[in-house]
Amino acid sequence: MTIFVEKRQLVLPGDLMAENGYEMGVNVYREDGKIYALKVGLAELEDRKISVVPLKGCYVPHVGDQVIGKIVDVGLSGWLLDINTAYQAMLPLSEAIGRRQTHVKTELTSILNIGDLVLAKVIAFDRTRDPLLTIRGPGLGRITSGRTMKISSTKIPRLIGRKGSMVSMIKRETGCEIIIGQNGVVVVSGRSPLKVKAALEAISMVEREAHTEGLTDRVKEHIRRIVENVELQ
Amino acid sequence: MSSYNKVEAPKKLIKNGLRVDGRKPEELRPIKMEVGVLDKADGSAYVEHGRNKILVAVYGPREAHPKHIALPDRAALRCRYHMAPFSTEERRSPAPSRRDMELSKVIREALEPSILTQLYPRTTIDVFIEILQSDGGTRCAGITGASLALADAGIPLKDMVAACAVGKVDGKLVLDLNDLEDKYGEADMPIALMPNTGKITLLQMDGDLSTEEFNTAIEMAVEACKKIGQMQRESIRRKYLQGDKIA
Amino acid sequence: MSSTPSLQPLAKIERRALIESVEKGRRIDGRSPDEYRPVEIEAGVIPKAEGSAQVKLGKTKVLVGVKIDVGEPFPDTPDQGVLTVNAELVPLASPTFEPGPPDENAIELARVVDRGIRESGALDLQKLCIIPGSKVIVVFVDIYVLDHDGNLIDASALAALAALLNARMKKYELKKDEVVFKDKYEPLPVLNRPIAITTAKIGNALIVDPCLDEEYVMDARLTVTVDDGGRIRAMQKGGLGTITLKEIEAIIDMALKKSQELRKKVMEAVEQHE
Repeated sequence: MTIFVEKRQLVLPGDLMAENGYEMGVNVYREDGKIYALKVGLAELEDRKISVVPLKGCYVPHVGDQVIGKIVDVGLSGWLLDINTAYQAMLPLSEAIGRRQTHVKTELTSILNIGDLVLAKVIAFDRTRDPLLTIRGPGLGRITSGRTMKISSTKIPRLIGRKGSMVSMIKRETGCEIIIGQNGVVVVSGRSPLKVKAALEAISMVEREAHTEGLTDRVKEHIRRIVENVELQ
Repeated sequence: MSSYNKVEAPKKLIKNGLRVDGRKPEELRPIKMEVGVLDKADGSAYVEHGRNKILVAVYGPREAHPKHIALPDRAALRCRYHMAPFSTEERRSPAPSRRDMELSKVIREALEPSILTQLYPRTTIDVFIEILQSDGGTRCAGITGASLALADAGIPLKDMVAACAVGKVDGKLVLDLNDLEDKYGEADMPIALMPNTGKITLLQMDGDLSTEEFNTAIEMAVEACKKIGQMQRESIRRKYLQGDKIA
Repeated sequence: MSSTPSLQPLAKIERRALIESVEKGRRIDGRSPDEYRPVEIEAGVIPKAEGSAQVKLGKTKVLVGVKIDVGEPFPDTPDQGVLTVNAELVPLASPTFEPGPPDENAIELARVVDRGIRESGALDLQKLCIIPGSKVIVVFVDIYVLDHDGNLIDASALAALAALLNARMKKYELKKDEVVFKDKYEPLPVLNRPIAITTAKIGNALIVDPCLDEEYVMDARLTVTVDDGGRIRAMQKGGLGTITLKEIEAIIDMALKKSQELRKKVMEAVEQHE
């Protein structure tokens, strides 16, 4: 029962991580009783489970994920969305207006049209069919304003922070509203363009330096420098 | 060949134990690798191998276009080997040649065993290899770069794939042929493998080798590929460990 | 046959935010309307080619290679060398580029860059004639887009000019109708240095050097190619929208102003490589 890596050690595809006695977490594979890394990332060990937290990767939807998607097509009974992944997502009409009202002839485009951005939840996904979404639920629905940015979906947990500490700090320091999609899409809105800019830069910084220590303080410093710089003038 | 770009055939390829570029028979050309060099691609790498300059980009997994190439149970790997018109002595037409198509296929087959394509059914993973300057051994350097770009894109890989060619010039077995040696030598054998297990994913040969020569040659190549595999890992580490401490 | 391209990778609120911001004079990357992104030009990056240059315009990257050969002149210009400009939008440069022969965008790009060089007489084709009617120098300029973040025309034109200035051709001797090339080199006969300046129209704002997101949102763009003497050598309007005469005047003024800045950058890069 041997482990060859330390927590948060950088591993590469094919790196030997552990031998017999350990369980496979995510982004690893087993061959001949040995566990190897599948992606470039940081080693994680929880109980006996070995995983790799990847530095980059395509977003893979999970049921329950909150995602920000863009309407790309309107069909007969619902909409098709781009949720920043390899699979196009579907939002059926019944998941937008309630099952009871679907017998009433509804003009879909009056609810949502091509180019609209929505905050939605993934209600079904497996690799044999495209992800299914809903916007029925608290806080879900059309996003009406704000600046959008995309970061690697693997960095979203870091952006949220432990118990939301990172994103709460950014919201506090900039006074902006920040909506985060697990799929790597983030929308920032605020009254002051400078503070919105500071928030966007902060998010960029988190994406670039997600794998480093002391990040929360450095991001706070950076925001303050931008915001205070102008207030002084 | 036009009179403007004519390159004289060398009289001897090995003189006093040294090759036309001054190398010893088992010596690799200088190699530089850099990962994450393009902005729009999901993953990318730039490799300089001797005078070869190769740029590779990976897009994916992404939606299959056209839809009919999508596979129900895995990602379709698409690979395009292509040479820039200014990459060779004489200007090349940018239209894909038969050689480009053959190389695209064998390179794809060299990379495919390393990728866990079953994790992304009905999508494509696209690998685009562009040869910006060519000097012999571009398919090998292309594979090496493609593997780096795949890792950079976060595609799940069992292992990296490293490639190198071995050949025979003036009767002597040599490692990592350059363009002149490839053109005027007696044998050329490119190989690719996954360094951890030594499993071979590309093997081609043209020329004249005895079975003994083949055995020696393949050992030389396997050793070289493992060295190149080490360099690949170092270049990825270098990108993420630039002065930052990883706790 | 040309057909309307599929529209819009941007969401409505992104488009709105961009347009509102630009109309207030604030571009999304913080630039002012008459500001170019950081320009980096490196000459001689492909030593095996006769000439080469790579241009980074913000995140846009374009590589141009110049190859020289000997060939026959065109029948209607027997005493002139041949210049061919080709562009490849290789799939590695953008998720929207597909492998295949040059599409209408690649062809337009090549022809606009070609126009600037040809109409300004930048390359002295007469000097490239060896034996009139039978042997001339053929110059291939191949534009290779490596990373597409907008304004490919200006980046490609800069790289093409730098590559031509960087190029070296073999000196030759005529021995009784046989051309013998020597191992000595001289620069190509470059007489003029055309610079392409592209301005985009978004709402009521005119912005120079549009980045990719700005291109997605623009009504139209106008490229003006200006030479050493401040003369206009080529123009190209693109996009689904319209421009007014007044806007065209303003755009030409902008081009005259900016071309001098960019020409300097090209000369610095070429000199650095020598």
